[in-house]
Amino acid sequence: MAVIIDNDKRVMVQGITGREGRARTRLMKNFGTNIVGGCTPGRGGQEVEGILVHDTVKEVVDAAGGEVDISVVFVPARLVKHAAIEAIDAGVRLVVLVPDRVPVWDAMAIAAKAKRAGAHFIGPNTLGIISPGKAVLGMIGGNADSAREWFTPPSDNLTNLGVISRSGGMTSSCGYYLAQAGFGLSTLCHVGGDSVIGMPIPDVALRMQRDDETDGIVVFGEIGGSQEERLAQLMNEGRITKPVIAYIGGKAAREGTRFSHAGAIIEGGRGTHDGKVQALTQAGAIVVDAFGDLPEAAREIFSVDRSNA
Amino acid sequence: MARLHEYQGKQLLAAAGIAIPRGGVARTAEEVFEIAEQFHGNVAVKAQAWVTGRKALGGVALVHSPREAQEAAEKMFGLHFGNFPVDEVLVEQLLDIEDEFFVSITIDDANGAPLLLLDCKGGSGIEDRADAIDRIPITAEGEISKEALQEVTGDESVSEAIISIVSAAKEHEARSLEVNPLARLTDGSIVAADCRITIDDYAVYRHNDLGIDIARELDHPPTELERVAYTIEQEDHRGTFYFAQLPTEGCQESNGLIAFHGAGGGGSMMSMDAVSNEGFTLSNFTDTSGNPSVAKVYQAARVILSQPHLKGYFGSGSGVASQEQYHSAYGLAKAFCEMNMAIPAVIRLGGNSEDRAVDILQDACKDLPAPVRGFKKDDTPASCAALFAQLVEHTDTTNDSMRRTVPDFVGSSDASCFPIKTGTLWIDHLSPDIAQLVIGHSSGLLESNGNGQPTPAEDIRDKDSELIACEIECLRDGHPVVFLDMPVRGLE
Repeated sequence: MAVIIDNDKRVMVQGITGREGRARTRLMKNFGTNIVGGCTPGRGGQEVEGILVHDTVKEVVDAAGGEVDISVVFVPARLVKHAAIEAIDAGVRLVVLVPDRVPVWDAMAIAAKAKRAGAHFIGPNTLGIISPGKAVLGMIGGNADSAREWFTPPSDNLTNLGVISRSGGMTSSCGYYLAQAGFGLSTLCHVGGDSVIGMPIPDVALRMQRDDETDGIVVFGEIGGSQEERLAQLMNEGRITKPVIAYIGGKAAREGTRFSHAGAIIEGGRGTHDGKVQALTQAGAIVVDAFGDLPEAAREIFSVDRSNA
Repeated sequence: MARLHEYQGKQLLAAAGIAIPRGGVARTAEEVFEIAEQFHGNVAVKAQAWVTGRKALGGVALVHSPREAQEAAEKMFGLHFGNFPVDEVLVEQLLDIEDEFFVSITIDDANGAPLLLLDCKGGSGIEDRADAIDRIPITAEGEISKEALQEVTGDESVSEAIISIVSAAKEHEARSLEVNPLARLTDGSIVAADCRITIDDYAVYRHNDLGIDIARELDHPPTELERVAYTIEQEDHRGTFYFAQLPTEGCQESNGLIAFHGAGGGGSMMSMDAVSNEGFTLSNFTDTSGNPSVAKVYQAARVILSQPHLKGYFGSGSGVASQEQYHSAYGLAKAFCEMNMAIPAVIRLGGNSEDRAVDILQDACKDLPAPVRGFKKDDTPASCAALFAQLVEHTDTTNDSMRRTVPDFVGSSDASCFPIKTGTLWIDHLSPDIAQLVIGHSSGLLESNGNGQPTPAEDIRDKDSELIACEIECLRDGHPVVFLDMPVRGLE
């Protein structure tokens, strides 16, 4: 099993003929993702990476036998709302929104639409999701060879971790350093850097809690917003019981200034580094002070767990 | 800044049909006097500044004569609230307030939807009464239930005013909109007595009418360099470039003032924390990511190096970048060489093509006065920060002595020059074998002309990044004969 994506899921690409769409379609296909089609309005009939391009999502769904599980969106930020709603209307259950700089009221409109339709979305501003050994959505790894080299697939002989991150680059980074430290990786998920996102840390954590291939959860959090606090609450309620190891970025950040990500801003004293560290620590998570200490902290937890067992 | 002043926000509310106090904005104490006269001196003088608790800081005065109004304004002009100077005050007719309502529209990240916070006891001391606040959902279309409002306010006209405020928030794509207080006057009318609105940075392009010049959240007015950086970002959409200057007070006691150049938001914050742990004061926070062009990284480095008194340059991102890292290496190498780097630089370039990236950077910079070191994904941020601290400790200079230099052949009549969109390509007069070498490094952009000199083989006007790569590769071969003169507007 894996979380969100595996090699059975039927995946399409919106904006497949653009620079990013092409490059990432190649990555996804080469890594093992089951890409069933793609679309760009006005480009129907073309081919990208051997995949037939259609004009609309509906045409892709029809050509794919009426069912597409996931659409990965690579269109300009101002068109993301339209693209996401088109996909949900065509019956796609999960939409992955890669573009950065999507206006927040557009993200909220997508959220409302998804809720009404019973669909889900990840992002905006997500680098994607990867289940090593199976499939990838988005652009984690950059190319299939790097993704294979960097991330160890889960296996019965290993302790297997899931990674949830608010930063794209740090999603890969966490995965790589954990793999180097000898862990297997079930799924790495970049939830997106914005304040309104479709599948925040607590939601992904709940999926990893249910996933029999995930032994523990590694979180790369950041200042701003309430995702880390809400994860702590799930732990306090006993709904997340797997070990959680976390790092929170932005200790040196000041209130009132946004640090790159739209979601990474402390406002009115909310979303501080201290507040997040405290909430997670009190809920029983291990929170490391230096990012480089994550793998060692994970090793300590699991060696203790094993000796108890 | 995507934050609007009180008077700007009130104009948006007025346009949405909400009553606002009569009055006007003044930039001098004399103007304050004139406006106050219209109301027989019975006015509120309110400093226009982005700060909470303005009243307690002396930013609001309630007065009863034009003279008093002028005096109050004289005290306010020149004050600083946080990092913001007061250069405008709002002068408004005093209101006979009967009741106050705290009205705040925020974005609830937990639900991915807007939310109304409402308190019928007014807003002063609101922080202490967090539990007493009513929370009423707003739809993504900017709609709110009138029944729910009525239940809390019990006043039709208040509820209607709030509905209008909510629709104004949606119309202008506010990330937050606070009216504190919304006032019911003794004559029963409803007036927005204050307004604080922040527009979503990412939506500013749809709201040119608001006159927002820099859509960035900063805790200070944009500096000149931040404006330069913002212009670069607006004019080149290949990847992102984020630049914010940080307060440098206290840098005397620290291990020194340094430049920071991150890559990727999370990796940048993590790296900022790592280098801060070494006791440095960061002059800036910068993030170039999302597969930025060579030219953009070059310009970013130039902007960063334009800050004064720097003792070192620390670059680090996630360390395991999905993007091809050699682009950044070319951009940094050009900036460092052009500035004849005299302060140490440590750059973590881990990720795709990291071997090539580190080779390019270190090789191109090997003859510079200060060490320039590149690192890969197996080098941790903490170890790179520690090495950087050692290098800085052994350097007794700052970047203040550094000047941009261009090669002698730039401007010479012997050299060939070709204009491109962002600058001018200069190529020295070359012997046949060097000309072939230059052409070989040009990714097919250059070919030999009749006289054996390189000349564009195609339209090169958009090829600044490839031309920078060509310049650096020739330099690495010991032939600094190509130079892309790419002035950064506002720096040169």
